[in-house]
Amino acid sequence: MPTAAIQASGLVKWFGEGEARTLALNQVSLEAYLGEMLYIVGPSGSGKTTLLSVLSGILRPNAGSVLLEKNDIWQLDSDELALLRLNKIGFVFQDYHLFPRLSTAENVAIPLILRRVPWEAALEEAKKYLEIVGLKARAELLPVKLSGGEQQRVAIARAIISQPDILIMDEPTASLDGDTGRDIVSFVRHKLLNQNRSVVIVTHDERIYEFADRTLEMEDGRLDGRE
Amino acid sequence: MKGILKLAFKLLVSDKTKFTALLGGIAFSIFLMVFVTSMLIGVLNHSSSMVTNIGAPVWVMDPSVQNVATSLGMPDYVLDAVRSIPGVKFAVPLYVGVGLVKLPNGVYQPATVIGVDDSSLFGRPGMLAGNIQNIYATDAYIAIQDADIPKLGRIEIGSEFELNDNHVKIVGIGKTPLSGIFGIPTLYTTYQRAIRDIPNPRYTISYVLVEPKHAGDIAQIQRRVRALGYLALTLQQFKRKVSTFYLFSTGMGINIGLMTLISVLIGIVVSGQTFYTFVLENLERYGALKAIGITSRELIGMILFQAGFASLTGFGLGVGICSTIIAIAKLRMPSYVGMVMYANLGVAFLLVLVIAASSSYIGIRTVLRIEPFDIFRG
Repeated sequence: MPTAAIQASGLVKWFGEGEARTLALNQVSLEAYLGEMLYIVGPSGSGKTTLLSVLSGILRPNAGSVLLEKNDIWQLDSDELALLRLNKIGFVFQDYHLFPRLSTAENVAIPLILRRVPWEAALEEAKKYLEIVGLKARAELLPVKLSGGEQQRVAIARAIISQPDILIMDEPTASLDGDTGRDIVSFVRHKLLNQNRSVVIVTHDERIYEFADRTLEMEDGRLDGRE
Repeated sequence: MKGILKLAFKLLVSDKTKFTALLGGIAFSIFLMVFVTSMLIGVLNHSSSMVTNIGAPVWVMDPSVQNVATSLGMPDYVLDAVRSIPGVKFAVPLYVGVGLVKLPNGVYQPATVIGVDDSSLFGRPGMLAGNIQNIYATDAYIAIQDADIPKLGRIEIGSEFELNDNHVKIVGIGKTPLSGIFGIPTLYTTYQRAIRDIPNPRYTISYVLVEPKHAGDIAQIQRRVRALGYLALTLQQFKRKVSTFYLFSTGMGINIGLMTLISVLIGIVVSGQTFYTFVLENLERYGALKAIGITSRELIGMILFQAGFASLTGFGLGVGICSTIIAIAKLRMPSYVGMVMYANLGVAFLLVLVIAASSSYIGIRTVLRIEPFDIFRG
């Protein structure tokens, strides 16, 4: 029996009020297991990003619970949630959201700096993670000097430097060409996924479906499982 | 927190163009503020320059006197009465008036004439050239070397001219700590010669200068002078009275006060707007930090640090630029009155605190409102 990294049940989330109310999540329940690469797929507007945000403690649901290590994260206050995200969850944003005026190594070091690791020590650690993603030689460059694929790798290095239990990636191939996108996801699959980590990827890029252990399909705020 | 503050610092200064614009806005506001208040302080300081220059600890005058330049003559018995007050070490008369100097080209130039006590010469100026004892020579006057002396033409020891149809011979060139506010030359002579050369009403003593035996005697001297129907003020009280007159009984205070207020408003608007733009442009980064896991308190700390650092650096720049300009102006125009003192630096510092507080408030309000979810949505 695999161990659940995260368990969500009965998630409901709507936006707006009255006639303008839109139901983004409709009684969504799921489990993501350690050692598993879970895909959430579906058309645009189906609620994938909303689900990802609720699962990761960024967006409060109107109903339902999200259990991480058997504790409902939505019972925590905002600062506790921030610490939980910092220590347990790694994010790779769709547009990377790198800091353009910080060097590549400084970008990667940000989570450690937020964890009060001294600046120089954080940079040294960041360089190790840049080596893991194959970008050690680019440590001093600004993100603007990097290609899209390299920026994605920097974002991944930043997401994993805290050694999170859960790595969340939102449309990781959306800004990349086909080969680069496949390379990135393959790298995550073969180098970063392990028995102590769960990777949850939101995508609608069919070219990378082959790397998934399990795929859940969303449509109109509802979730269906498929192999 | 040190690393987080370093991160805040890097975010603030890494875009040099925006950081320069931010500093420029704050520095400009501080410059404006310090410059305007330096003018006010300079004018007020110079308005009581004669009180500073003479330097008597206690001044006795008619109660109607509002500023040092428009004294009302007092009868001689006031001098005798003051000398008889217990606690008075000595008391001497001072004459202050304005005479007309006839220049070689036929033009008449007003000049302040100060007549110091004949026997003690109390209140005399420092000497740059000549001997103070020469003031006792016939028709002797001492000219003060300041920004206004060229208005008398080429003045040196031995220069002669007419003052109110009386012959005057310059026997020395003196100096005083401060020049006057009215832009006219100053001449010193003895009290008796001054009242001889300048047309006067019946009473000729402008002020009685008093040296008390002890500082503790001043209150008693003031009481006894009040009983005589006159007013005795310490040097500081007299300077304050003169400043109050120029500040509130002329348009100067209101006009410069309005200019100061406008500079404060401009400062807050310019720097607040610039910092707000900076925050808006970095909103995405703050949102990403929130998503990664920064707490609200840390985020507030970052913004306070950024606003505080920018404001204090802008303060230093503004004060530096203003002081440099004033220093250059004083070199080029000796009569320039602008002065940077602790008072206007203090006011400018308060302004910078207001700028930092308002900028921080705007920044914090905006940043705390952004949802990391917006970052996910792109």
